[in-house]
Order: sequence, then structure tokens, then C-alpha cells
Amino acid sequence: MGVLSRKATCNSHGQDSSYFLGWQEYEKNPYDEVTNPHGIIQMGLAENQLSFDLLESWLAKNPDAASFRRDGQSIFKELALFQDYHGLPAFKNALVDFMAEIRGNKVTFDPNHIVLTAGATSANETLMFCLAEQGDAFLLPTPYYPGFDRDLKWRTGVEIVPIECTSSNRFQITASALEKAYEQAQKKNLRVKGVLVTNPSNPLGTSMTRDELDLLVNFISDKEIHLISDEIYSGTVFSSPAFVSIMEVLKDRNLEKTEVWERVHIVYSLSKDLGLPGFRVGAIYSNDPIVVAAATKMSSFGLVSSQTQYLLSAMLSDKKFTKEYIAKNHKRLQKRRSKLVAGLEKAGIGCLESNAGLFCWVDMRHLLSSDTFEAEMELWKRIVYDVKLNISPGSSCHCIEPGWFRVCFANMSEDTLKLAMQRLKSFVGSIAVNDRSHRDLKNSRRKFRTKWVFRLSFQSFHDREQDER
Amino acid sequence: MAVEIEQQQQQPSVGLSRVAVSKTHGEDSPYFAGWKAYDENPYDEESNRSGVIQMGLAENQVSFDLLEKYLEEHPEASSWGKGAPGFRENALFQDYHGLKSFRQAMANFMEQIRGGRAKFDPDRIVLTAGATAANELLTFILADPGDALLVPTPYYPGFDRDLRWRTGVKIVPIHCDSSNNFQVTPQALESAYEHAQSMNLNVRGVLITNPSNPLGSTVGGSTLEMILEFAVCKNIHLVSDEIYSGSTFSPSEFTSIAEILRNRGYKDIETERVHIVYSLSKDLGLPGFRVGTIYSYNDNVVTTARRMSSFTLISSQTQHLLACMLSNTEFTENYIKTNCERLSLRYETIVEGLKKAGIECSKGNAGLFCWMNLSPLLDEPTREGELALWKIILNEVRLNISPGSSCHCSEPGWFRVCFANMSEQTLGVALERIHKFMEQRKNLQ
Repeated sequence: MGVLSRKATCNSHGQDSSYFLGWQEYEKNPYDEVTNPHGIIQMGLAENQLSFDLLESWLAKNPDAASFRRDGQSIFKELALFQDYHGLPAFKNALVDFMAEIRGNKVTFDPNHIVLTAGATSANETLMFCLAEQGDAFLLPTPYYPGFDRDLKWRTGVEIVPIECTSSNRFQITASALEKAYEQAQKKNLRVKGVLVTNPSNPLGTSMTRDELDLLVNFISDKEIHLISDEIYSGTVFSSPAFVSIMEVLKDRNLEKTEVWERVHIVYSLSKDLGLPGFRVGAIYSNDPIVVAAATKMSSFGLVSSQTQYLLSAMLSDKKFTKEYIAKNHKRLQKRRSKLVAGLEKAGIGCLESNAGLFCWVDMRHLLSSDTFEAEMELWKRIVYDVKLNISPGSSCHCIEPGWFRVCFANMSEDTLKLAMQRLKSFVGSIAVNDRSHRDLKNSRRKFRTKWVFRLSFQSFHDREQDER
Repeated sequence: MAVEIEQQQQQPSVGLSRVAVSKTHGEDSPYFAGWKAYDENPYDEESNRSGVIQMGLAENQVSFDLLEKYLEEHPEASSWGKGAPGFRENALFQDYHGLKSFRQAMANFMEQIRGGRAKFDPDRIVLTAGATAANELLTFILADPGDALLVPTPYYPGFDRDLRWRTGVKIVPIHCDSSNNFQVTPQALESAYEHAQSMNLNVRGVLITNPSNPLGSTVGGSTLEMILEFAVCKNIHLVSDEIYSGSTFSPSEFTSIAEILRNRGYKDIETERVHIVYSLSKDLGLPGFRVGTIYSYNDNVVTTARRMSSFTLISSQTQHLLACMLSNTEFTENYIKTNCERLSLRYETIVEGLKKAGIECSKGNAGLFCWMNLSPLLDEPTREGELALWKIILNEVRLNISPGSSCHCSEPGWFRVCFANMSEQTLGVALERIHKFMEQRKNLQ
């Protein structure tokens, strides 16, 4: 027998991509400071492990929240029975306040427009089910999170058409790239239903500029399509420019309550900002009451545990805690990022200037044997198997330029990061000595060098001096 | 220029998907009016003794004291110990394989419920956020849009949404009737299959609920074998939704499809098509925690279901709590035994009370509800007649019960009445009201 559905037998789950293969290699031989010091260091997992102590200390001071108690009274029965897909009101209120706080309170959110889902994975898929179907497409700027191939397409039948971005302008979205993507979709006989952006970006680690956001608003107005802004990293913006949410732009342009307003939807989650991916807390925020209604019903297929809703409602209602958490978390992320960047520089490797996220977008084009994706895969395999670092190749993120890699910095200890950088430095050093085509590479490198790489070399010269002090 | 503008206007407006605007979520069905009436005027023992009593919600509220006692005695289950040492690991755990200790505990619990007559391999357990998610997920895996699943009537109204809405799969009913206590017969199965074929639908499987909702009765071993053989013969799947398995009043009366497979020697041709759905929402009374599982004997289904479960994972905080609770065999043995005794008592109370009022119920032995026969009271033996009677019961007797038509029952006049979601006192009040209502009707005749 064995006949399963087409969905079950197709490959749209994406689990055969290199993104997942790297994980598998890591699982076979994971680094451990004590028991496996030569193992693979996981740098492909965008987790935030820097601020657990803050959460743990809050939990120790507020034992009721995890023990089903409110003001000393047991509310276990109430929570155990609570399966209303409208969500726990206290939690929704606390969540929208937190989202506003992250945006510097420049925008506010209505708890009646928020839909809770089991993670952003569920939120993104649910929005696809609500807004599109087989034969439709969403435009996504590349590079993008590899999981989108599964989340947006697998069970929904929706297609993704890339908006190609390049290093020529730091991978920002341009009007021509948008138009090109739209036309590309039409050529494939796909009906474009919207654009989905991740802001701040995964894998770039940058927040979108106001110009980009304006461009998007103009584009979706003109084409009369939707815009989904996946803002799950909004709480990780650790340096300037400050985070500008799509809602802020709409507000500033007096577009509230217009048609375009109702076509903008936000996805949020506590997996990255709070470091709680296990708790499965995601949300859809939409200005369109019909989308809210449909998504709410669909959330039946992925509700957030009431036990977890209650815990987090207590935590996020503690404004003193959230203020302190956001500030400290930012500082730690910024510091950690600097360490990664410095370590990369010592290895003669540059990365995209970034102000957010849990990773850097690293430029290893100069280490490629040729300007091809085959060479990128070759380099990646050497880094995974020889250098023993699991990083994510740009091709898994659909980047159109070979040689870029996403490297995470917040899912390990400082010592482990240091070790990873040492390994990388040794590796690059060994290439310089052994690689016969290095000289040829030096010549071709000049063609691809952009302004900021020159600036970077200049900087690293100075930094090296400082470190040696 | 003018032509371009015209063309633009002819383009369809962007709108939402068909799924988003369809009515397949089923929430516009007439019996939602019952919920509304309850919400607007809910019965309360202290403050609103004339309000509507909710008897349409299949919740298990009879054993919370046992759960609360466990939590009090085992604070480590709901916290992460002093200084929260396991917190970090738990908070980071998003592996779609699920917590091994939790899967192990679930496997043990499911075995205990079946009195050890079946064995479950924790590595075949896939976790989902509730049985709602499990049923939808299985449908995505076993069928393509436009295909059909055969489901015996009467069935849980939520299936119309869970199996059909986003999947595009159709339900073809296997008609059962009171002539044999609504059991599935070979003729009914064959008839449903042929009906599907006549509509050019590709049948991919049979989905049964055992114990049945809304009947409140277990499916017999020979019926299970008959359905299994039918599935083998037609080369289709068999999904057994066993979410009420731990709510059988005399646990030895429940026969799981897992037992049947075991007794028949785990033949590949039989096991490869069988999938079991389970949940803690009914047996443990924890619908808010969203704990569902799929157990499949088919490796491909397990692997695919696991990957798909990414869309509907169980909170690791909740997995931790339940791993602790369900690994405690002293607790689980006592819970299963006590819970079944209390449900049995509730069932006897309601059936006796209804009998005294002159109302018969079908023979039940499980679940959180009874299947009540009010067909003698119908003005006309039709769906309209049933709805008219339902409205009277809602508005005059002020009881929200579920009409058989909402469960796709082909015989009008049957109603599902829940008995475990209220106090004993409230159940008494409900029975008094029914008694009074029946008296009044007798006097009118």
C-alpha cells in the first residue's frame, strides 16, 4: 500500500536542504567544552541564550506564575479548562504592551486584533492559508530564512518568488527588484497576493530603513496586495538605527483605516526576543477584522498552552521587568556581536554591518575557489567537517551571490565563540599557505571589493593594534 | 491609457483565500445559538439559579481534585526546581521529536488505560497541540484535496472543520441507526464506499471514534476487526480516534484497535494503515494545555507527521509538567481507576434521572455524555422537528444540549447530553427541570 498524500511524499518540507544537513552533522558530533572539545560548534542556530538569568531570577521571585496561582489562590482548574481560541485576555494585553514597548511606544496595538498561535512557524503558515492558495505567490526578499520554504509553501500550495537583493547596496530592497519579482511571478502564471518581509532581517541582521518601508507601502498600494511583516527579531535591535515598524510608517503617512492599512499584517513571537522557542508562543496581528476572525478560528489547530499563556501574562505584565530585560538584552547582544565581528576580522573576514538579530551575515567570497555556488558548498563542507563549525550557507537562504554565510553568536558561551574564531583564523591561515590559486583569487578579489570592505581592512588594522596592547 | 485602466478594473480584487471566506469552519451552524444563549445567561448555583445549564460541552470536571493534589505534592512538575535549574534547557527545547520522557510517559499511560493489552513504542508517538491538530494533520498526510474519508454517523461536529476545512478533503458518512445501537455494519460501510465512488471521490480512509462521541459507547472487538478487514480489502487507511479511551466506565470494556492488531500478530498489511489519535483533554480534563498525539504503525506517516508537527508543537513547559505527572504510576493508576468510577456514577445518575422522567438513552459505557432519545416528542420526525424541540429545551427548559442533526445523525430526535462538566448539584437541578418539562408535556396531552 503506502499511498500517502502528495504533500506527504513531496520534498516541500525542505528537510533535505543543507540548512538541515548541517544540523544533522552537528548532532552526530556536538562540541562540548569538557566531553567533546573537538566536536562541531553549532553556529547555525538562531537562539538567544544570553539573558536566561534575567528570566530565571524573575521566576524565582514570582513562583505563583508557574504554579497556577494568582494572588496566592489556585487557578489550576480555570487554566486547565481554558481552550478559548480568543486567547487569555490578560496575556494578549500584556503581549500587545510588550510589542508597543519594543517599538518605543511609537505605535500601540489593539489586543482584539491579535491572534495567538503555536509559534511564528504556525503564524506564518496560518496567514498563508488566510491570504492565498494554490496558484498564488508571495514575494520575498532574498536572502531569507530557509524555514519559509516549508512554512509558507508545504501544506498551503502557495509559491514563493524571490525579490533579489545584492551586496551592491547592502541587500536592501529596491523598486526595480520588486517590479522584477512581480513580473517573474506573472510569467510563471502565478497571482501575486503579497510581499512578506522579515524585519529585522534573518539572515542579514539588519533592520529595514524608512525608505525601504515606504517603498513597500507604495508597492503594495499600487499592486493592491498584502504585506506581511515578520517582526520576530524586533526586540533584538541593539544599536542604531532604531527599529522602525511598518505600523509606524503607516501611521506617519496617515494611512490608518485606509485600504492599504487593512492589508498589512505582522507576525511576532517570543522565541527570539525572550529566548523561549520551546514554549511555542507566536502571534498574528492584523488590521483586517476578517483576517483576524479567520485566523482566530484557524488557530484551533495550534493554540498556545494555557499554562504557558498564564506564565507569560504574569511576566510581561511586570513592566519593571520588561524594561530591564529589553535594555540588558540589547547590551549583551551588542557586546556579543562585537566579539564575533572582531574575531572574524582577525581571520581577515568581513561581514555586513548589522544592528539586530542573533547572527551576522558574513562575507567569505574571497575564500571561494570560484564565484559559484559549487565553490560555496565546497567551502561550507570544509567549514563543517574540517573547521568543525556549523554555519549556514547563503544558498540555503536563496542568496543570489555565492560566498555569504549566516553565523550565529547568541547561542553559545563567550569561550565557545572565542574558540570558534580561533579555529576559523587557523583555517583561513592554512588556505593562504596551501591554496595555489590564492594569487589568482587576490586578483579577482579586487573586482568584488566594495567600499565597506576597504573600510573594514583599515579598521581591523587598528583593532589588531589595540588587542595586542 | 483608457484600455489599461479598464483592464486593471477587471482584475479580481486581492481579497483573501477561499479557505478564509468559506463556511467550512462550521461556526455558523444553528446549534451555535445554544452557546450564545448560555453565554448570555449562564447558570450559577449561587447567583443565577434560573440561568441556562451548559450540557453541550464535553469536559471532564469530575477529577480535578486528584490533579491538584498531585501538583501540591510535586511542585517540581510545575516549576523547574529551586533556582530554576532545568528552565533554560526546557525553554530552548523545540525539537519536534518531543520530550523523550514525555513520550515515554504517554506510551505508558496509554498502555495502562488498555490494561496492558496493547504496547506502545514511544518513538512512534508524534506530539501535536491537541487532537484537533492531530486529526487535521493526519488528513493532510493520508489524503489529497478532493479525496474522501468515511466517517460513521453520528459524529463529533468538529470533524467537519478539522478534517475538511484547510485540507480540502471530503467526509462521506457511514450511516448508523438505532436498530443496532448505532453500530457500524458491513452494509453501511460498503454503501458509504459506493456512494463516494458514485460521486467520483477517491476514498483514502475510514475514521472512527472509539469510544464514540456522541454515542458514549465503545466499539466492539468484532466490529473493529470488520472495519480493519474492510480497510485492507479496499487498501485504505484506518484512523482510530481514541481520545475517550481513559473514560470507559469499566476499563476492561474498551478494546483498542492496537489490541486487535496485536491479537492478529501485527501483520504488516494491517498495521501499515492504522493510526491512532489520543489526547489528554478528555481523560485528564486538560483541554487548555493542548496535548494531542498521533500513534502510527507506518514509518512514513510517523516521519512526515513529525515534520508537520512543527506547525503545532506542544509547549515544552507543558510537556515537562505532564512527563512528571504521567511517569508517576502510583498517580496514574489511582487516577484512571477513580476517574472511571466517578464517571460511571455520573452516568448512572443521569440515565436513572432521565428514565424517571420517561426518557430512554442508548446503551452507553464510556465518555462524558449520554445519547438521549426524544424522538417520541417530535412534532414531525424530521430535522426541522428536532431543531424545534431543541429550541424549546434551550429557551424554556434552559438546558443547552446538542441536537443529533449537528452530529449528522440520520435519525431525528436524538440528543447528546453532557454530564461531567458540572457539579453533582447542578446535574440534579438539570434533571429536575427535565422531569418538570416531561410532566408538563404529559399533562398537556
